[in-house]
Amino acid sequence: MTQYLFYPGCAMESSARAYAASLASVARTLDLDLAEVKDWNCCGATEYLGINLIPAYALIGRNLALAAQQAKQQNGSGAHTLVASCSACYLNLAKADHYMAERPVLGDRVNEALAVGGLGYKPGTLQIRHLLDVLINDIGISRIREKVTRPLHGLRVAPYLGCMVPRPDYDHRWSDHEQPDELDRVLRALGAEVIDFPLKSECCGGHMPQISPNTAFELIRRLLQGADQYKADLIVTVCPMCQMNLDAYQDETNRHFHTRYRLPTVFFTQVMGLAFGEDPGALGFGSEIVDARPALARIGTAPVAAEPSGAGPRAKAAGLPMPGRRPEERER
Amino acid sequence: MTTQPQDPAQPKEKIGVYVCHCGSNIAGIVDVAEVREWAGQRLAGRGVTVARDYKFMCSSLGQELIEKDIKEQGLNRVVVAACSPHLHEGTFRTACGRAGLNPYLCELVSIREQVSWVHTDKHAATDKAKAVVSGGVERVRHHTPLEPLRVAIHPATLVVGGGIAGIQAALELADAGKKVYLVEREPSIGGHMAQFDKTFPTLDCAACILTPRMVSAGNHPNITLLTWSEVTEVHGYVGNFTVKIKQRARHVKTELCTGCGICQEKCPKKVIDDVYEAGLGYRKAVYTPFPQAVPKYPVIDVENCTYFRKGTCRACEKLCPTGAIDFAQKDEVLTVQVGNIILATGFDLFNPQKVTQYGYGRLANVFTSLEFERLTNAAGPTNGAIVLRDGKTVPKSVGIIHCVGSRDRNFNNYCSAICCMQSLKFAHLVKERTGATVYNFYIDIRTTAKAYDEFYQRVLEEGTLFVRGRVAEVTDAARLPGEEGKLILQVEDTLAGKQRRIPVDMVVLSAGLQPRADAKATAQVFGLSCSADGWFIEKHPKLDPVATMTEGVFIAGCISGPKDIPASVAQGSAAAARVLSTIDKGEITLEPVRASINATQCSGCRICNTLCPFGAISFLEADRVSEVNPALCQGCGTCVAACPAGAISGTGFSNDQILSQIEGLLMLNMEYA
Amino acid sequence: MTATDVSPAEPNHNLRFLEEVSAATAGVSRLEMCIQCGTCGGSCPSADDMDHTPRMLFAMIRAGMRDEALRSNTPWICVSCYHCVVRCPQDVHIADVMYTLKSMAVRAKLYRDAKAPEFSQTFVDAIENYGRSFEFGLATRHYLRHFPLRLPGMAPMGLGLLTKQRMSMTPHRIDGIDQLKAILARAKELELTS
Repeated sequence: MTQYLFYPGCAMESSARAYAASLASVARTLDLDLAEVKDWNCCGATEYLGINLIPAYALIGRNLALAAQQAKQQNGSGAHTLVASCSACYLNLAKADHYMAERPVLGDRVNEALAVGGLGYKPGTLQIRHLLDVLINDIGISRIREKVTRPLHGLRVAPYLGCMVPRPDYDHRWSDHEQPDELDRVLRALGAEVIDFPLKSECCGGHMPQISPNTAFELIRRLLQGADQYKADLIVTVCPMCQMNLDAYQDETNRHFHTRYRLPTVFFTQVMGLAFGEDPGALGFGSEIVDARPALARIGTAPVAAEPSGAGPRAKAAGLPMPGRRPEERER
Repeated sequence: MTTQPQDPAQPKEKIGVYVCHCGSNIAGIVDVAEVREWAGQRLAGRGVTVARDYKFMCSSLGQELIEKDIKEQGLNRVVVAACSPHLHEGTFRTACGRAGLNPYLCELVSIREQVSWVHTDKHAATDKAKAVVSGGVERVRHHTPLEPLRVAIHPATLVVGGGIAGIQAALELADAGKKVYLVEREPSIGGHMAQFDKTFPTLDCAACILTPRMVSAGNHPNITLLTWSEVTEVHGYVGNFTVKIKQRARHVKTELCTGCGICQEKCPKKVIDDVYEAGLGYRKAVYTPFPQAVPKYPVIDVENCTYFRKGTCRACEKLCPTGAIDFAQKDEVLTVQVGNIILATGFDLFNPQKVTQYGYGRLANVFTSLEFERLTNAAGPTNGAIVLRDGKTVPKSVGIIHCVGSRDRNFNNYCSAICCMQSLKFAHLVKERTGATVYNFYIDIRTTAKAYDEFYQRVLEEGTLFVRGRVAEVTDAARLPGEEGKLILQVEDTLAGKQRRIPVDMVVLSAGLQPRADAKATAQVFGLSCSADGWFIEKHPKLDPVATMTEGVFIAGCISGPKDIPASVAQGSAAAARVLSTIDKGEITLEPVRASINATQCSGCRICNTLCPFGAISFLEADRVSEVNPALCQGCGTCVAACPAGAISGTGFSNDQILSQIEGLLMLNMEYA
Repeated sequence: MTATDVSPAEPNHNLRFLEEVSAATAGVSRLEMCIQCGTCGGSCPSADDMDHTPRMLFAMIRAGMRDEALRSNTPWICVSCYHCVVRCPQDVHIADVMYTLKSMAVRAKLYRDAKAPEFSQTFVDAIENYGRSFEFGLATRHYLRHFPLRLPGMAPMGLGLLTKQRMSMTPHRIDGIDQLKAILARAKELELTS
């Protein structure tokens, strides 16, 4: 069993406890060995980079250095996979690794700063990956499918990745920058009915609820409207920030636009745990602000044959033939 | 003066050194007078008896200077320090020849491309120029008189690719009375042009101007038309190519078939036609791609034919009135002799599914440019009606996106050249046939050829709306009132400085052109090379655009990069003219700079056979040694350097010549001088 | 230490600002490659709230319009969704340039709305003190100062987050906080500016 280094990020200890709890459960079921990086610090989210440069990268660099050190103690080389569950953390770690190499002056200065703390990091030492990437590409869809004991039949889910997982994708790990299908495939393996959600990699608003609320509410509204058009019961996400914005700010968004959306938003590991037969309480269900219970009650019922309202015809329209998706061209 | 045992104090060579200013191109950086003076003094002991500098050595007066010195001073070697040998080696060799000196006793060394154009430090550049001259002097001492090779030209020509460029080339040659083999992979000639309805900027009907040419090519007594065929092997060299052509079994006896079309009508197997109909229409398993196909004989597509797949059916065989269907036909290999080859294999359309944000393949009413051509074509799947993917609804608004997959570092860096005009043509056709509102989304409008900008003006007058901005995405996620059920183009209108969302019924992607998927393999068969982006490389992009680095192999049309129809036709004619000039001379002369193998030293290891980029070296099984074909050899020297036994030497680049040039460059000759 | 890897100062005054922005950007900015096609402005989910589209901002940088560019709210409205980055035909590092402009505006005190820079600063302060983010402290401080009127409406949500233990009232301090402080102090001395 491969051991992965794991960088949880601050949210996993607070707003995204449900993500942490459900990940622990899913990791047990799938024999996924995640070793937490000892004494990691915050990645700086999108805030530190807007204030300064070298300190922001040094902040991230300390985590990379600690992880590489820990890997070296384990396997001698320091080469290892570092897994992050939060999108912003994943991107910041990947970004520091990438830019320290692309712009050597940046790498040198970050290392000069790290040296004060007795640390250092050589770009390229760690492979930085998001949890979803590890689950689908290392564990694999068939393993996930095997573990399903309670298929999520009847549950219509909107797969929602947000921005920072499929983009900018420095290592070309994702199937697409716009319409990636990794989360769809996981959710389908769980037996859920997955809508072809065109907004799956649109922005949730990030820190905008704190900076420019009207901007944030509009972005949140678009997502809720989109999921609602496709008659989704539930939005499934892979990022604490996305979950927070769609869930905690849904009421305020509704008030702002005089709308009445009630779309629960949960982490993909929560629905995985559910399909694996785990007790909802142990997966952090109940900690969402918009109650997910009505949606979960649909599991096991007959799926509604729902067509999206307000959307144009998709691939299956009769008439002239549609261009075929040529699978070999999708592999990059 | 010290003496060297192997270098007598008074060399028998009398060398003239000529340093060119090239206006200020060289003289601006290199102190040419100093180089001249230095060569005259310091290289006198190496045989330099005359050293001059001159403003333009390539001018008549410059050449006469050399000729005069040869005659009056009895020079027997000449070194010209000027530009690249690619440009003026021939000029100075000819000048030497006029003065009675064997042209190959002249050496041109580059102090422009390799010195003045690449350095900024005048002192260092002048020193380097001296070293380059010194190398040339040492090398020229080892030159020997050579005679050019003469090769007879076989009068027949192979033309590969039956699009408009290939047809044009074939007709030019055939009309001049020369024999042509025209090879086409598809069942009919015609190429991409046969798919179009109208051609910009005059809006001539494509079929009306193309089919007469196709018919001429099909009927011409001098043209052997080989469709459903591919070239598999090419051996030989300019003047004498031996070409193997695989003719796929048509499963139709052409001597019996009348082209009546009953087989196609009765065939029960319908297949999406990804080639001629661009995936938008159907054909049968036995088919001619379109009614005016040349030749008229259909082919059976064995991958889809029910009989070939399941062993039953035979409907076509039963119903053919002349008994022309022949399931037993086999592929055949034809071998032909030709003197020249013209490649006109065309382009592939960029697959816009790669630009996921435009939704092609996911959103039904997003079309490619080729699909749209088929929609507008009267012989197309909708009989020329511009309708949505449902096959019936006429769009009320259409958005046309330029530069799809072109001018984009994520895909192809280059401009595809035809998309602006093609998009303008589409806008016109939509207006004319549907009256719909049309938007063209562009980064820059490029209408640079004759009557192109006038066409742009016409489309502007017709009321097409132009938005300057590269479309960011096409989505069906309605957000605002009026967007439901539409495709929404989200774009920054860069002239208004605002993001806009424009709902339309139909989107057309002006997809770029790209090299054929198998371009690299084709290049290998013909011994050519492709650039990094996959287009075939011309001998010179400006002055020799239809020739290649391989003598006797020419290129025409989109094989070397995106081109419109007028440019492709011009290249077809140009390539034919180049071929005709060699055929009419009966023979051509080739540079004698060639490698040769000393059979007694060759160990038969065959390393050189695979390394030779021109396929000029073959292995003689009987003697267990390798041999260079002098007509194919381009004198690149790869084999000379690679031969572990040192058995290969080059005429004009012998070891003595190369090593002494290096000594000269390193100024080691100063010890002798 | 002030040495940087930029070329000697560009004599043309207008280009100095472009150089400055590029030097202070992580990675290679490629700003000079922009062809003004508007892919970024078309892709931007929050363009409606921006003073200038990203494309216009890049034109302003190239025109040397330093003050106008640093006063623009555009970088502060950027949500870092990277749509423009992956679609840009010229591979300009758009999102990273936005970060650069924010930090330059902070340094030059040229921002017009204090909410965003103060939020970032509050966030950064917590990290520099504890090594981890402290949402409760951040949220109370920020909302009291900038959005007092939103607080009544947000109370149920805030309470929900607290009772559901999704927000901790005490910060978590990492063990190596002194090491981190020393690293950051040194990093500040090494900042990349032109």
